[in-house]
Amino acid sequence: MMQSDFWRRFRRNKGAVAGMVVLLIVAVVALLGPWLATNDPWAMVEQPFVRPWTEPGFLLGTDTLGRDILSGLVYGARISLLIGVVSTFVALLIGVSLGAVAGYFGGWIDAALMRFTELFQAVPSFALAIVLVAIFEPSIKSIVVAIAIVSWPPVARLVRSEFLTLRQRDFVQAALLAGQSTPRIILTQILPNAMSPIIVMASLMVATAILLESSLSFLGLGDPNQMSWGYMVGAARTVLRQAWWMALFPGLAIVLTVLALNLVGEGLSDGLNTRLHGKGK
Amino acid sequence: MNATVTPMKPLHPVLDIVDLSISLPSGADRALAVEGATLSVMPGQTLCVVGESGSGKSMIANAVMGLLPRPHVAPVAGRILFDGHDLLQLTEPQMRELRGRRIGMVFQEPMTALNPVMRIGEQIGEVFDAHGNVPAAEKRRRILAALADVGLPDPELLIDAYPFRLSGGQRQRVMIACALVLEPVLLIADEPTTALDVTTQAQILALVRELQQRRGTAVLFITHDFGVVSEIADHVVVMQTGHVVESGPAAQVLGAPQHPYTRKLIAAIPDGQAQTVPHDDLTRVLQVQDLCKTYHSSGSLFKRGRAVQAAKDISFELHRGETLGLVGESGSGKSSVGRCLVGLAPFDSGRILFKGRNLAQGKSFRRAAAGKIQMVFQDPYASLNPRHRIGAAIAGGPIAQGVGKAEAMARAMELLQLVGLGADAAQRYPHEFSGGQRQRIGIARALAMQPELLVADEPVSALDVSVQAQVLELFAQVRAQFQLAMVFITHDLRVAGQMCDRIAVMQRGEVVEYGETQKVLNDPQHAYTRKLIDAVPRLAGQADVSAKVA
Repeated sequence: MMQSDFWRRFRRNKGAVAGMVVLLIVAVVALLGPWLATNDPWAMVEQPFVRPWTEPGFLLGTDTLGRDILSGLVYGARISLLIGVVSTFVALLIGVSLGAVAGYFGGWIDAALMRFTELFQAVPSFALAIVLVAIFEPSIKSIVVAIAIVSWPPVARLVRSEFLTLRQRDFVQAALLAGQSTPRIILTQILPNAMSPIIVMASLMVATAILLESSLSFLGLGDPNQMSWGYMVGAARTVLRQAWWMALFPGLAIVLTVLALNLVGEGLSDGLNTRLHGKGK
Repeated sequence: MNATVTPMKPLHPVLDIVDLSISLPSGADRALAVEGATLSVMPGQTLCVVGESGSGKSMIANAVMGLLPRPHVAPVAGRILFDGHDLLQLTEPQMRELRGRRIGMVFQEPMTALNPVMRIGEQIGEVFDAHGNVPAAEKRRRILAALADVGLPDPELLIDAYPFRLSGGQRQRVMIACALVLEPVLLIADEPTTALDVTTQAQILALVRELQQRRGTAVLFITHDFGVVSEIADHVVVMQTGHVVESGPAAQVLGAPQHPYTRKLIAAIPDGQAQTVPHDDLTRVLQVQDLCKTYHSSGSLFKRGRAVQAAKDISFELHRGETLGLVGESGSGKSSVGRCLVGLAPFDSGRILFKGRNLAQGKSFRRAAAGKIQMVFQDPYASLNPRHRIGAAIAGGPIAQGVGKAEAMARAMELLQLVGLGADAAQRYPHEFSGGQRQRIGIARALAMQPELLVADEPVSALDVSVQAQVLELFAQVRAQFQLAMVFITHDLRVAGQMCDRIAVMQRGEVVEYGETQKVLNDPQHAYTRKLIDAVPRLAGQADVSAKVA
């Protein structure tokens, strides 16, 4: 019953449905990558500067070194989604636990954790991410860690505020009276009721994480073994005026994916009714 | 026609509603919110529309004002005649002209009906601005007169005050001033006293009555409380699920109700008659000694924090199977005492002994009580976790205390039967239940812990009067069955009189009167207790009780 309600409201948002379709396509491409793109994205398989739709087998042309751009896009989708999802997951893990503890216990624990959170919020996140990746060797692992570290503070603040209000609700008081343990109350009583805004935020965070990853690889701080959209745009920027297609296609891929994620986030927000959240009925 | 002419034709009703039907959106529990309702309000008289929540009574008020959320909810048949015009045929601009000038309206919730960032005077002034041009000085003079008229102190100061400075009762007076400032012929009041304390309610009812007699305004009064009806009504219309089931002069409907539904509603009113049986079990379950609790609102660098004493030297004791009523108006500290008793709020000083054992503060309090002190909460909508099935919600407590899962679920089923819900309720979610049913679930959840002390914090104040009677019955039943000691917190003396062996009347954190229920109600010693008892609206038919009580 609640499921069908969710889908009814989600479907009413046409943008969200379109976003969902785009995301599904990107996900399928990422999953089937090696079968779709026959060329190694790093291999110089043709002459450089082949225009799109001129050479059979190289639909989107080749780059300055004669690498297949379509293959690059397909492999880039894999890395973008992987980093977006994994880093968001890690950020949620940090943010939700800190926010839950701060909001549930309150008092000096809350004060200390929030000051700690503000420490991270005070530093511009992109600068911090660059520093972190530069300190560790650029690799998938270090990029995920860097993105997670710069993006957990908003989650912590959101979860904290949800917990602050939900903690006062009568059903939590009843659980306290029944002698349920603190972890149990946090995990089974409060967290399920705070899930809706967290899910919406997570979908938007995946979008931000993809953008961050693209920016890092644009600056040459991406994993050197992985073809990524940001790297492709970065490599093509010097020849932008001679070969527009080299930057355009990966750029479009980034725009579409991020836009789709934002639309889906909007739809999730409608579907989960976060604006009416907390009414209890 | 205008207001000065109408009283000369006393037989011509101000408002005449004929065969009104109002549709509900598809998917609602019935097709028509109101079906074939006919009623008329005579000049200078009060018509009370009575019914439980969902009976469609507010829909009628909103239909008259043209405030129905069209097109989902819209009048589909009938006429609403006012001044000889059918209000349903008027255009929005024409309706706007009538609202405020000819028909005034007062809403239920005074705390939210005023704009918090607008001064009182400006809000009333808006009524003038909406209906023609009144010079500023003249406007101010009339606003001051209107404020004085509704009995507000210092109108000169109030006119420039913001709403947050006013209490709920004062805000409702401002709303009435707003509604009456242009001297409308008809005043519609939709549950105007439901959100107010009983003494404030009595004042507001007296005010409406007095203003009406002085000005000859016709009043359409919507309420669910038969006590209020008997205080104010000339005529009564009783509604049930969209139908008018009974109507007539107040004395006739209240004194000799014809329809079974009316009789049921009147019978459901708690009559303040104690139904408790004397018990000889003198095991002391709870002793409270000199309990003190003060709330400090945090101050800033330049401002000292405010301290509110919610409990001051509270002492009482409770035996097994006995019920103590904590009675008082909002802000009297009765709920704070309740929360201290169950260990949900720390207290400053004093001692709470449970079965002879001193309970220390905080977490160890609840551990020492081991779930044997349970609470039933006021708001049935907030007290159940919306994401948990009912069975799991009830069994959760015993499981936390180490009872096996299967056994706990079996007990949950039994308890659901006991509180009058089927065992199949266990698999459903809270949103599928009504307020009264949820309160039953709340009681079952408390009983699952096999408590020895039950603290009930206003458990029936959010419920309709007939549901209230059923839930009170359930309380009495489980109290007898489990030999529970109960602390029953309520603002309603009628409920307290019915449920409690002893009553403690609280005012500003202090117990001003404490004694046997009959003694407190029949022979109140403290002035505040007498004031509370006088303020209780009661039926004329209950004269014998009120004579006894007064």
